[in-house]
Amino acid sequence: MTEIKAAHSGDPAISIRGVSVSYGSRSVLNQVDLDVRRGEILVLLGGSGSGKTTLLKQVLGLAKPDTGSIRINGVDITACSPEELAAVRRRIGVAFQAGALFNSLTVEENVALPLRELTRLADSTIRLIVWMKLKAVGLADAGKLYPPELSGGMRKRVAVARAIALDPGILIFDEPSAGLDPIVSAGLDELILFLKRAFGMTILVVTHELESAFHIADRLAMLHQGSLIAVDTKEQFLGNVHPRIRQFLDRTPDDVSGEAAEEFIAAFLQGSKT
Amino acid sequence: MSVLEQVGREALSWAEDAGALTLQFWAVLRKLPRILPVVGKRRRWRAAVEQMFAIGASALPMAGIMSLCTGFILALQSASELRRFGALQFVVDLVAVGFTRELGPLITALAVSGRSASAISAEIGTMVVTEEVDALRVMGLDPVEFTLAPKYLGALITLPCLTVLSTLCGIFAGYLFLAFSIDMNLRIYFQAVVEAIVLRDIALTLIKSVVFATIIVQVGCLEGLRVRGGPEAVGRSATTAVVKSTFLVILADLVATAIFYMMGWSTAG
Repeated sequence: MTEIKAAHSGDPAISIRGVSVSYGSRSVLNQVDLDVRRGEILVLLGGSGSGKTTLLKQVLGLAKPDTGSIRINGVDITACSPEELAAVRRRIGVAFQAGALFNSLTVEENVALPLRELTRLADSTIRLIVWMKLKAVGLADAGKLYPPELSGGMRKRVAVARAIALDPGILIFDEPSAGLDPIVSAGLDELILFLKRAFGMTILVVTHELESAFHIADRLAMLHQGSLIAVDTKEQFLGNVHPRIRQFLDRTPDDVSGEAAEEFIAAFLQGSKT
Repeated sequence: MSVLEQVGREALSWAEDAGALTLQFWAVLRKLPRILPVVGKRRRWRAAVEQMFAIGASALPMAGIMSLCTGFILALQSASELRRFGALQFVVDLVAVGFTRELGPLITALAVSGRSASAISAEIGTMVVTEEVDALRVMGLDPVEFTLAPKYLGALITLPCLTVLSTLCGIFAGYLFLAFSIDMNLRIYFQAVVEAIVLRDIALTLIKSVVFATIIVQVGCLEGLRVRGGPEAVGRSATTAVVKSTFLVILADLVATAIFYMMGWSTAG
């Protein structure tokens, strides 16, 4: 394990090069280049429809880009065999937006699932690991509950426990703070920072929540209309003058005032007459 | 859009369905051994047992009552005609043969199609929407092996069992009619039933029910996996699954019956 880490320590954990995706004639991602360095927390920002979910799907190997390559731990997952992809995936943990827990299994069974299915560990060992992971996310006494009995925040913590069950080197979060109140969301931020500190994990977070992004990020990247318009440290990101970033940081809406609105109203009236 | 275009589009979508169903069926079939107890992966068969109970328990009352009603209707309708020829005892043959060969498996399949095709597609569709299917893939677990195959195995065992039970219900309804109308004795009735049907009828019935189980589960799973977008798409997929599986069940019934007829298997010994 340490040998592998040492051998790769120079190159990035995730390396995205020239990735383009289009659905029909609509371009969703346009020549995206992005590196996630080992041991850092990189936050991928972007509004709705910016292509961040699509990019995430490519990184997880759930869809293939039209062009470009994605290397995870040095393996190009856009051009590898299913076995190699499976091996890469075992080194990645993913916490999905709504948790994606299996409702028919208890919290313990959910966390134990990857251990049961992908390892040959004895039941007693699995139970111990599950307890440790639940303890790490602060839910050691919720093991016997079923997912529908949990609050949104707890569900996400269980999803994190399941994601780290196999001790992955890379952890990916999809919208960790979506649908959570500020207190629970802040707690999840602390958990992400704790995972980085305690296990030295490389963490990629996809979000549109600025506050949490600036709190946890080592570096920030911003997607806009399928293109990466900035990849920077926090301080430099704040000073970026790209109009879209300014708009995002200052929370100004798209221009619907003045001419645009008048045009819209005119078109609307025209439409209702005919 | 011209009529021709519309017809063409519809035909293409049916062809696509047929192709997708075949591919999925083959994928599920290949994973089926992994679900079996002893030879398969440990504990996986328990999911299939759960599915058996889910499919069986939800469809049994409906299939049973539908068969009772249909059996009674069949007896009533045939009695009014046969009585004119003084051949009321042939009601027994008609109900027994009609249910074993045709109505038993068909009514069971329609009941299961209504209950389980929608339930299966809604369940899998929800798993797609909540990213559970993605989560399985990312964890390196095959959704086909993990969710589709146990459902199929469960249905393969449950549907023939349900078919036998609902056939018995239908035949029993025939007895009820005759008991009320001409005071027929239960033992005499069942003797006549046993004389009317042959073992081959039962075998063909079970073959049909296995075919119907395949259609219902595969259509349910396919429509579930096709769900894109939000929860409202799940509801639509459930409706589509019921409509398509019901249609295909009746189509398959025609094809199977025609094959049996041409092979000369339908003529009673």
